[in-house]
Amino acid sequence: MELILALAIGVLTGSGVWLLLRPRTFQVIIGLSLLSYAVNLFIFGMGRLRVGAAPVLENPDAVDPSLYADPLPQALVLTAIVISFAMTALFLVVMLASRGLSGTDHVDGREES
Amino acid sequence: MSSGMPLLAIVILPFIGSLIAAMLRQNARNGAVFLAGGIALSCTILTALQYPAVRNRGVLRIGVEWIPTLGLDFSMRLDGFTWLFAVLVTGIGCLVVLYARYYMSPADPVPRFFAFLLAFMGAMMGIVLSGNLIQLVFFWELTSLFSFLLIGYWHHNASARDGARMALTVTATGGLCLLVGVLLIGHIVGSYDLDQVLSSGDQIRNSPLYLPTLILVLLGALTKSAQFPFHFWLPHAMAAPTPVSAYLHSATMVKAGIFLLILLWPVLSGTEAWFYIVVSAGLCTLLLGAYAAIFQQDLKGLLAYSTISHLGLITLLLGLSSPLAAVAAIFHTMNHATFKASLFMAAGIIDHETGTRDIRRLSGLFRFMPITATLAMVAAAAMAGVPLLNGFLSKEMFFAEAAAFHIDSLLDHSLPYFAMLASAFSVAYSLRFIHGVFFGPPATNLPRTPHEPPHWMRFPIELLVAVCLLVGIVPAMTIKPFLSTAVYAVLGPNTPYYSLAIWHGFNEPLLMSVIALVSGIVLYLLLQGYLAKGVEGPPLVRRLKGQRIFERILVEVSWRWARSLERLFGTYRLQPQLRLLVAFAVVAALWPLYRFGLAMGSHQGTALDPAFLLLWIVGGLCAIGAAYQAKFHRLAAMVLLGGAGLITCITFVWFSAPDLAITQLLVEIVTTVLILLGLRWLPKRFEGEGDALSLGSRVRRGRDLMLAVAAGSGMTLIAYAVLTRPLPDTISRFFVEKAYSEGGGRNIVNVILVDFRGFDTFGEIVVLAIVAVTVFSLLRRFRPAPESVEAPEQQREQNAHDSASPDRAVGDTLSDYITIPGIIMQWLFPAIGLVAIYLFLRGHDLPGGGFAGGVTMSIALILQYMAGGTRWVEARLRVLPIRWMGLGMLCAAATGMGSWLFGYPFLTSFFQYLTVPGIGKVPAASALLFDLGIFAVVVGATVLILIALAHQSVRAPRIARPPLPAATDMMKEDV
Repeated sequence: MELILALAIGVLTGSGVWLLLRPRTFQVIIGLSLLSYAVNLFIFGMGRLRVGAAPVLENPDAVDPSLYADPLPQALVLTAIVISFAMTALFLVVMLASRGLSGTDHVDGREES
Repeated sequence: MSSGMPLLAIVILPFIGSLIAAMLRQNARNGAVFLAGGIALSCTILTALQYPAVRNRGVLRIGVEWIPTLGLDFSMRLDGFTWLFAVLVTGIGCLVVLYARYYMSPADPVPRFFAFLLAFMGAMMGIVLSGNLIQLVFFWELTSLFSFLLIGYWHHNASARDGARMALTVTATGGLCLLVGVLLIGHIVGSYDLDQVLSSGDQIRNSPLYLPTLILVLLGALTKSAQFPFHFWLPHAMAAPTPVSAYLHSATMVKAGIFLLILLWPVLSGTEAWFYIVVSAGLCTLLLGAYAAIFQQDLKGLLAYSTISHLGLITLLLGLSSPLAAVAAIFHTMNHATFKASLFMAAGIIDHETGTRDIRRLSGLFRFMPITATLAMVAAAAMAGVPLLNGFLSKEMFFAEAAAFHIDSLLDHSLPYFAMLASAFSVAYSLRFIHGVFFGPPATNLPRTPHEPPHWMRFPIELLVAVCLLVGIVPAMTIKPFLSTAVYAVLGPNTPYYSLAIWHGFNEPLLMSVIALVSGIVLYLLLQGYLAKGVEGPPLVRRLKGQRIFERILVEVSWRWARSLERLFGTYRLQPQLRLLVAFAVVAALWPLYRFGLAMGSHQGTALDPAFLLLWIVGGLCAIGAAYQAKFHRLAAMVLLGGAGLITCITFVWFSAPDLAITQLLVEIVTTVLILLGLRWLPKRFEGEGDALSLGSRVRRGRDLMLAVAAGSGMTLIAYAVLTRPLPDTISRFFVEKAYSEGGGRNIVNVILVDFRGFDTFGEIVVLAIVAVTVFSLLRRFRPAPESVEAPEQQREQNAHDSASPDRAVGDTLSDYITIPGIIMQWLFPAIGLVAIYLFLRGHDLPGGGFAGGVTMSIALILQYMAGGTRWVEARLRVLPIRWMGLGMLCAAATGMGSWLFGYPFLTSFFQYLTVPGIGKVPAASALLFDLGIFAVVVGATVLILIALAHQSVRAPRIARPPLPAATDMMKEDV
């Protein structure tokens, strides 16, 4: 499973980076989204993979940390998901404004000469 | 502790006064004066009252711990020497306020002036009373800043702006050097505490870091005190109003450098490096300043150069490293402050009453203002070192020290001659000041008819001149006890014997004084002819302009270098930058791999599940597909992106992260809606147009593909390497163990978010709110591209169909097409809302929480927009997202601050289980309120972003600006 997840992260990163380097703003926005999946999965993976060990305490009186998946990367990723939404929104609006002002959807605000 | 409280008050009062003055109305002239005067006077009295505490070698201290681990405390310290300085700063501050009352014109925004002046006074007191070196540097830079604001007070005046900028550049740069120097001192001593530093003199002098420390500290002190070669900013600072010149640029701020030199004198002086650097800087400044002062045509210019020269004299004395010289330096600092402040004020009166400061135009003013003239003459005589005045006493001490033997060197042997020369110069320029302005034929063609100023404007000068006379005539009864307290505070047991008397018999210094006086008079008489010609600038060194060099360096650094760096490394194009960034990241990650090799871990992973493999085959295909389709098939790319997102979401579920899965799923929905709303404004692009790829773009694509593959495989490798290693013990253990016992929740992730790391989360929601407001304001001025303005093609087709069918009105199809789903969506509103509240409420114990609940709630709202259309919804429901955000942030902040009431740090949470009748035991943690804040901010921000975007289609399109010609051309290629 670790290998699959690692490969998944790799594929998402690769696709994201490819799109990041494209000239059209829409490509970049999709690329950033893919990249943020990859990064979120990566950070999440830092807590290692556990099946059926959600960090929700079963019996709060006797806590055994080894029974639960690492909650810290999860907390980090949770806020990262929300922030990446905000980033996507901001980028989208900047992209639209730039398109309206410059008449092109090229990332530089002008077509390559 | 209580005995140190007045110290805090002395520093804080001026800043409070400054804030109040800044809020007064622009014409509240008298209010500002009374405020400033009252504060300056109370600071003076408070300072003076502290004398008994420092008299018998006492030191007053007050300290508040701030970051004790870094040795940073807020501490105040007052000893005999700093007391004397503090009295000087506050006392002259009082006089300057009174003087400025009459000097400033009613047309000037006077409250602003006093606000700056008070803030400056506070900063200056901060320097003087600091008990910690870092704190001292902080106030040091503050004085530079307020000096900048005060010099630039008449900011409509170009020379004021330039002078202010130059002063700030020079002194603040010096301040930065000082900061580094102070850090070095802290490194050597192991503490920034002034008492500890002062007792570690040998340790500092013997340290290998002594020389760099010394140079950096001196750079700070010499720039501030306008010493050669940094002296050039001071004459330009004369563009400030005269009260400012009198206060900052003669009596106090420029003395900050001297103050620092005296303060650190016990630990830094006594080495050859100190002697050579400080003495030569002081000597050059002394001579150049005095020489240039003779030839100034502007009264204030003359005084400015004379100030430079006197500061040089004090620096020179300090450089000699002998205790007697240090006594002379402290004494002369005080004397100079009194006579120079009064001279500046006199120059200000002359300027005020005649309308000019040009010595060539002024003449014979004695008959118009005899009292002012007399006062100025006495002060100028003190400056020249005439007996019976305070300047004479310290000058005698200076001569005695110059003649004494220090280090066997040419510099030391030549000192007495240079001292006499400089003194002769100072006699000459003092004479010029007096003779040129007050004597001779009465001036004609003055802008105003001169007369005596109002009495209270002259009062500060009268007082200061009285001090000059008293100290000069009966030193033993006036200054002596204070001076000896101050001297002892600096020198301690090394305090030498010195005598303050007018008459020491016929000795070397007296002879030197006489020679200097006589040759000064002769020099002035000889120069009469040259001076009458009225040439600007001193002869011989006219071409040597520090200002010119400074400006050239500035242009070189901030313009040429910056430009060429930008040409070398900058680009206006985004892609090369991103490419470099990615390439750099890949190389940076590869480098350790190359050096240390890569070994996979031995951790027993989770067992392979074919379903998961299948899942990610689909997921990977989705990602690659999205990458492939994003150019021409945006909708398809978006769907594929959603697919990859969903599979990420399932992965979270699979590996025990239910909270992440919920949030991911919900955010996925809003992101899709968001991008869908944006798609309409993008240009159409069809596959097959301009397909013939040039060689260049092929190469670029190949390179990008390689980069992408490299980045992807690198991430795979690293991820795999980490995933196959066992998890070391991390702080997570703490969170798991304490989640219930201290946070009162079972859902550890949620407890981390709202409790353990609550402050981070607070920052997070603030960011979210800022983004939402930014999006909103960006869209307020949104102009769509011209071809996107009209209704979309599909809508037009539907409308055409409607108008073609006789039984349909235009818009029917549009409103009909999701009638049934629309009704379902409307009915779903309460259901989804309930789910949102459910998710929110259970968040502390089960997966859910403020983020998930908030996004769900916003989905409920957005669905209404989708089902009924913007106008329909807004006729029935006012969402007011900005209020949601504001209230949410207030709620979160108030919850956090609530813990202060109980004496706990910000955001300490409190919980207990309450029994609610009919429901049973419910958890009630203050973290729930914080989570409510998160909920509200997330709802507000998400809805604001989406609605703002949705509104663009509804509102009447702004008339697009005619596109720029270049843009039109580009569009032709584009279409």
